[in-house]
Amino acid sequence: MLVLRDVGKTFSNGVTALGNVNLAIGAGDFVSLLGPSGCGKSTALRLVAGLSTPTTGTIDWRAGERPDRSSIGFVFQEPTLMPWASVLDNVWLPLRLRGMSRADAMPAIRQMIDRVGLAGFESAMPRELSGGMKMRVSIARGLVTKSRLLLMDEPFAALDEITRFRLNHDLLDLWQDEKFTVVFVTHSVFESVFLSNRIVVMAARPGRVFDELTVASGYPRDEAFRTSPEYAALCRDTSQVLVGAINAGADNDRG
Amino acid sequence: MTAAERATGSLVLDPEEARRLRAVRVERFGRWLLPLAIMISAIWLWDRICVWNDIPRYILPRPGEVLYTLYSDAGLLFSSLLVTLKITFLGLALAVAGGVGLAVLFAQSKWVEMSFFPFAIVLQVTPIVAIFPLINIYVDNQTAKLLLCAWIVAFFPILSNTTLGLNSVDRNLRDLFKLNGATRWQELIHLRLPAAMPYFLGGLKIAGGLSLIGAVVAEFVAGSAGQSSGLASRIIEAGYRLNAPRLFAALILISFTGILIFLLLSLISHLVLRRWHESALRPER
Repeated sequence: MLVLRDVGKTFSNGVTALGNVNLAIGAGDFVSLLGPSGCGKSTALRLVAGLSTPTTGTIDWRAGERPDRSSIGFVFQEPTLMPWASVLDNVWLPLRLRGMSRADAMPAIRQMIDRVGLAGFESAMPRELSGGMKMRVSIARGLVTKSRLLLMDEPFAALDEITRFRLNHDLLDLWQDEKFTVVFVTHSVFESVFLSNRIVVMAARPGRVFDELTVASGYPRDEAFRTSPEYAALCRDTSQVLVGAINAGADNDRG
Repeated sequence: MTAAERATGSLVLDPEEARRLRAVRVERFGRWLLPLAIMISAIWLWDRICVWNDIPRYILPRPGEVLYTLYSDAGLLFSSLLVTLKITFLGLALAVAGGVGLAVLFAQSKWVEMSFFPFAIVLQVTPIVAIFPLINIYVDNQTAKLLLCAWIVAFFPILSNTTLGLNSVDRNLRDLFKLNGATRWQELIHLRLPAAMPYFLGGLKIAGGLSLIGAVVAEFVAGSAGQSSGLASRIIEAGYRLNAPRLFAALILISFTGILIFLLLSLISHLVLRRWHESALRPER
């Protein structure tokens, strides 16, 4: 779908967030960017979203697969809902900004709210929802434009484990049904192994791709997968690579 | 059976919770009862001081007489109040229009804000009484004079609060708007203005009181030239004639008007924010 070629990003304060990143993301992939704080995962995501431009290198989209901005969904670490708007109006927002009236957008909104399991909460205000439900609204808003690419920046990091597991499942269901591409930034080895078919491990100072792992296990993945020896082995391997990446970043720090 | 047990019916409470419940109920009544008790005692003391010291009515009238004046001079006082109210609310409306308008302009461009905000502060910190003689020279229309005064005093809190609010938008939400290709106008209408609403309403509450003060001060300065018919001019007039009861009555009327304006604006603020903003939510614990 897209390729990052020698992409680097240096901020005006002199901090180099990304060194030299080469990364290809295929259509339909569920790619996790895994790494310690400061490895530029979030910066990479913002570059792909077009919220920021690379200092060096290019981001190439395969012909015909470049989504216009409208078909990129972005889910932040916080739910980032408008507190003054109901669930329905929050999900409506991306369509509204494209000039679609509420009535015209209604079928898509209702379907999306239903799809993330919030039917019946359309008129609830964000403050009335739990953390997990707010995140569901955020996902619905990211996908309501029939997004082909969903960028997620540590979306479940602030949730409790049980809620996180449920959202992991539901996200995978959505992904399998709708067949969009996901780039998922996370700190969690367990989450990245459970969700993705590819894990890109990143190292810090400067942010770069350290290694890449493929998770060959098929979908659908369920609770049985979470407790299987296969999952445990994958987590162990991934953890080892991550430790290597952390040390690599720390070495550079000392040097 | 204790009071707490009766109040909660079948619910069994431990001593700590029962104490908490009692404290809540006492507080609920105390909030009204205590200030009321103080007020009544103060008025009673005022009355007694007048009687005990034989103070003549043109120095300090008894509260009963002030109350009677409020009734007997009602026609005069309330028609004056109406004049003052008209200036106050018109001034406030203009302050809202000017303050919000300027704030929106500031939000559109950092340059505009950097260039003009200092002048807004200059206008704010210069005492209105000192500016008024100038206004008196340059503005002919009596109403326009007073309005200008009320406006100068009231518009700043609205401007500064709304500017702060328009700039206090969640960064991620701004990114989201950008990602969805929102125009400046859309960002203003759907994001910045709603986000600024609590700040604006906070400024409005301050501006309501200030607008009244601005109107009364302006009338005072204008009224000493014998050109005004608002409450302030009634006070000056009563002062000249040693009509202390009417002076007090007018003063009380102004105070009550200020309180009413504050309550009205608080109610508006509550109604607008009650569905979403923290400040308008009932505590749940």
